[in-house]
Amino acid sequence: MSASAPKKKPIEWSWRSRVVRGWVYQAVALLLIGGAVWFLAHNTQENMRVRGIQSGFDFLWQAAGFDIGETMIAFDPSQSYGRALWVGVLNTLRVAVVGIILTTILGVLMGIGRFSHNALVRGLCYGYVELFRNVPILLQLLMWYLFFVEVLPAPQAAWNVGDLFYLSKGGFSMPSPVWAPGYAWMGLGALLGLVGGVAYRRWAQREFERTGQDRNRWAVPLLAIVGLALAGWAAGGAPREWSRPEQLAFMVEGGISATPEFMAVLIGLVMYTGAFIAEVVRGGIQSVSHGQTEAASALGLSRRQTMRMVILPQALRVIIPPLTNQYLNLTKNSSLAVAIGYPDVVSIANTTLNQTGRAVECIAIIMLVYLSTSLSTSALMNWYNKRVAIKER
Amino acid sequence: MTESIVRFDKVNKWYGNDFHVLRDIDLDVAKGERIVICGPSGSGKSTLIRCVNALEEYQQGLVTVDGIALTDDVKAVEQVRKQVGMVFQQFNLFPHLTVLENLTLAPMWVGHLPKKEAEERAMTQLKRVRISEQARKYPLQLSGGQQQRVAIARALCLTPKIMLFDEPTSALDPEMINEVLDVMIELAGQGITMLCVTHEMGFARSVADRVIFMDQGQIVEQNAPEAFFANPQNERTRDFLSKIIAH
Amino acid sequence: MADTFTPIAPRPPPVNTEGLVLWLKRNLFGDWKSSLTTVLLVGLVLYLLPSLAQWGLFQAVFGANADACQAARGTGACWGVVTEKWRVIIFGRYPYEQQWRPELATIVMVLALVLSCVRWFWKPWLALMWAVVLAVFFTLMGGGVLGLQPVRTDLWGGLPLTVMLATLSIFLAFPIAVLVALGRRSQLPAIRTACVIYIELIRGVPLISVLFMASFMFPLFMPQGMSIDVLVRVLVGITLFAAAYMAEIVRGGLQAIPKGQLEAADTLGLSYWQTQRKIVLPQALAMVVPSMMNNFISIFKDTSLVTIVSLYELTGALGLALNSDVEWRPFKIEAYLFITAIYFAFCFAMSRYSLWVEKQVSVSRTR
Repeated sequence: MSASAPKKKPIEWSWRSRVVRGWVYQAVALLLIGGAVWFLAHNTQENMRVRGIQSGFDFLWQAAGFDIGETMIAFDPSQSYGRALWVGVLNTLRVAVVGIILTTILGVLMGIGRFSHNALVRGLCYGYVELFRNVPILLQLLMWYLFFVEVLPAPQAAWNVGDLFYLSKGGFSMPSPVWAPGYAWMGLGALLGLVGGVAYRRWAQREFERTGQDRNRWAVPLLAIVGLALAGWAAGGAPREWSRPEQLAFMVEGGISATPEFMAVLIGLVMYTGAFIAEVVRGGIQSVSHGQTEAASALGLSRRQTMRMVILPQALRVIIPPLTNQYLNLTKNSSLAVAIGYPDVVSIANTTLNQTGRAVECIAIIMLVYLSTSLSTSALMNWYNKRVAIKER
Repeated sequence: MTESIVRFDKVNKWYGNDFHVLRDIDLDVAKGERIVICGPSGSGKSTLIRCVNALEEYQQGLVTVDGIALTDDVKAVEQVRKQVGMVFQQFNLFPHLTVLENLTLAPMWVGHLPKKEAEERAMTQLKRVRISEQARKYPLQLSGGQQQRVAIARALCLTPKIMLFDEPTSALDPEMINEVLDVMIELAGQGITMLCVTHEMGFARSVADRVIFMDQGQIVEQNAPEAFFANPQNERTRDFLSKIIAH
Repeated sequence: MADTFTPIAPRPPPVNTEGLVLWLKRNLFGDWKSSLTTVLLVGLVLYLLPSLAQWGLFQAVFGANADACQAARGTGACWGVVTEKWRVIIFGRYPYEQQWRPELATIVMVLALVLSCVRWFWKPWLALMWAVVLAVFFTLMGGGVLGLQPVRTDLWGGLPLTVMLATLSIFLAFPIAVLVALGRRSQLPAIRTACVIYIELIRGVPLISVLFMASFMFPLFMPQGMSIDVLVRVLVGITLFAAAYMAEIVRGGLQAIPKGQLEAADTLGLSYWQTQRKIVLPQALAMVVPSMMNNFISIFKDTSLVTIVSLYELTGALGLALNSDVEWRPFKIEAYLFITAIYFAFCFAMSRYSLWVEKQVSVSRTR
């Protein structure tokens, strides 16, 4: 006959009970923290009253009165501070997203390069990592900006490649296609190609399991994407108009361009974070024990098969968490754009702070923006980690 | 006369310029023969058997496996690895794949077997080592003894003619050593050629056709087990045996 | 079978398996792809090296002559800007004649740091030594006693400021980090939540926002009439920032202590604080020394951000030195390269030390 679980023991109200002590400690801690917070808040209120500083977020609807150098959406000084801050957020996202893509490519290449058979390549990757890791990011950003602003020629004498790509103090310009409905068709075609490609890969896997014969799983999907995209483009009227940058008297106009501030922040962040990502990738590949490679070789797997099916899956599990950390670092480091004049959210909040005097609110907004990015990325990463974790006892 | 399935012909190996790890090894292993290699650490026993499936390269002499001369030739190495299965001291199972996936990986991707056949073969081998109920589990969810038996099954999935064992029980807790040794004894009774590096002298006594003692890179003595243990000829062998048989 | 056994003496290998030529062959010309890469890279270096050498060395101007520099513009580097301005860059706005004081103070502090890295010095009186070093440092920098002319903190700058901010913030952050790490692992939900909020809040925001908070909001936090030094504000900001990251590092070390140790301590009758002090922390902290070093390197680099809140450490001092000087402004790049070299020297040395410590720790663990 099985007994039911015993009822919880009644609490002994004495100082010797661990539970009671725990509550007392927590009460004391809460009192201390609460007291400190109240103390700070009280002082803040007093000081603000004395100095005549107003509080509240109503300034967000007031007219900004300043213009912003580069924006992704339309903005003029008559629009609100709130909209200005939103422009800042978009600018931050712009440099963060492009930066993350580029730095991943650079970092992965440099990380894998540390294992190259060629000693010069190994040395180059090592030198890159040590050089860019050991110099502060602010200094690197300032130097890149200096390069753009002083070393590059004036727009009148911009460096150009084939009259298509221009690089000068005014920034970087390259041709871009002029939007036409045909491009929507091209996008549709590419999407169809993608769907078809995924379906092909599934079919190829099923065929392999059925017969044991493997086939190339990249050629057909890639051809499908490119082919159907071209077909869509042709079907949409084959638009061929491109906006080409043209050298005018004092600037280069046309095509798609990037300001020197954006370029400096982007390149600085990409090179700096790339060094850390290279180390993360290297650590991940090294973490897979040599015995795994030996077992795979003993089974007859080729070097490529070993890399694909044994080493990479295990290495990725080790790489993803610190990699995500580096992405967050890049996003946070983009806040240094304030030192260069790139109008990211910190830069615009700084201007707003100086104009309205609402220090607490502006700083709170900055922190909120970054905090939400960090927390959501962390949550995503935790979920992914749990999903792919190697199952143990 | 039984043909030799593994043959070492005056094989010498160096690590770097200083360490002469295998010295003039001459060895003939007949088909179906079961050989146990013992010796102090650093004597080159692991290196010797790792030369059989080309995990180690040698600088002088010739190793022939199942008639194939093991040289730098990539094709030769590929052929040899299809005939030789290996079990490691640290198991080296792939932790991100299930037990079944561990076993079907090579038959599918190297042997080009369809998935169904590969899985049937895998289940047969798992039954052979008496662990078929763990097929869907992940390696790190199993005990050491269970993992090593899976590793043996994984090597057997390629239907090799020769099985190499590199100290298969050295990393196991004492109560799990027997379950692995039992599997190895069963295997030995089924006619497969075995080269086993181990300290388990009881296993050697009951299963081996020949026991080889190695020290400082060379074969010091080899004999049938009864003769080897009862009457070691060489002083070094006596010395070694006295140390390990004491308990 | 074997009745006579003749031992074989070791011989040298028939073909050299080591040596320079073989190394070159394997590592630079292993296969055709490798050889091609080697040729391309060597070609690139040979193409760039002469022009770089010309600019950096042969055509460069080393003397503090602005006109010569202007004349050599484009063809030669102007290292004269370093010769001319290095004192302002390294010492900031500190009064010129008194600059021997920050010089001495920095040397003393760097020496103390280097000695602290040597195992022999890990004795109880190290804390006392540091107390003396810090007292000496602040006396020299601040003055006002022993006949030294007083110098306001907002005139402090350059390398002494960088070293001081980094060292002091790490020292102050350390006890906070240990407490917060222990608090995060506590069984009491209130304490645990408070610590988690602190850590996640600080780690989720950029340092610049913490510095802004320190710079703009701390004066508001103070009771009416009380004002705090800008240096103290910045120091508090960096300390709080560093403490959050260090808390996570310490937590990693705490997690690595096997539960059995805590159970053994319990059965021996040790209290919570005794267990932490005598058993858990010594092991955990020893384990995380490499990560702590990396954190120190990060903080050292991050001190450059105080430039943005108007404290002129090394990076800011450069801007100060050159932005207003029309004569020398065009040669900012050479000055930047100068402080890059300084940062690199410090950080690279520290990372090498950290790797050495890691090796020591892992050696002491293998039997």
